[in-house]
Amino acid sequence: MITTIRIQREPFDAATEAKKLSAKRTDVGALVTFTGICRGNEGAEPIAALTLEHYPGMAEAEIERHVTEAIERWPLLGVTVIHRHGRIVPGEDIMMVATASSHREAAFAAAEFLMDYLKTRAPFWKQVEKADGKIWVEAKATDDVAAGRWAAPDKKHQAAE
Amino acid sequence: MTIKLRYFAWVRERVGKAEEDVEVPAGIATVGELMTWLASRGEEYAHAFDNPKVIRAAIDKTHVKPQSPIGTASEIAFFPPMTGG
Repeated sequence: MITTIRIQREPFDAATEAKKLSAKRTDVGALVTFTGICRGNEGAEPIAALTLEHYPGMAEAEIERHVTEAIERWPLLGVTVIHRHGRIVPGEDIMMVATASSHREAAFAAAEFLMDYLKTRAPFWKQVEKADGKIWVEAKATDDVAAGRWAAPDKKHQAAE
Repeated sequence: MTIKLRYFAWVRERVGKAEEDVEVPAGIATVGELMTWLASRGEEYAHAFDNPKVIRAAIDKTHVKPQSPIGTASEIAFFPPMTGG
């Protein structure tokens, strides 16, 4: 099992990082990569850049908790989560999740599970630079709904909050 | 009991500082009670905590609810709903 969790200011190369999960082995039959990219607009308005603030220590711990849960729930062979902080301009990668498994179902499901939880539970906050100033991005209720669907029946109440 | 408080995103901006060590008065047992007390500490705190329902909290880097006991926390953080990913 290869697990990589990195929080960093520097850019990363998603293709290179993903390839590490299937290199020098023949048991990986499925590799799913999700890359979150900085858009040039927030709503209908253009943005110059976004800045990601994070809670050092807790961000790593929270991602690790969810990676551990993903490994328990699906037969994974590797997981990579990289999330940047600091100022990021449109077109640059913000974060990535890669999951490797023998078959596609586990790789797809685990990647989606990790993304849904990272959105609502990992302590990162986006601020966008618009023409009229800097604005904190508001959390979306649809993200909470997306995360809630992964909760076990006994955890559903907890996840909905 | 002295606890390190940390603030992030617009909670940090409104309070005007990223962290501080605070002597929490006896009788404040939960995270929610701590928010109510913080709101009474001045205009900037009142502004930051005027709608505690939208503020999330973590004790020693783990998410908690308003009704969670402070217990022996050494660090409590307050922040808006998260928007990473």
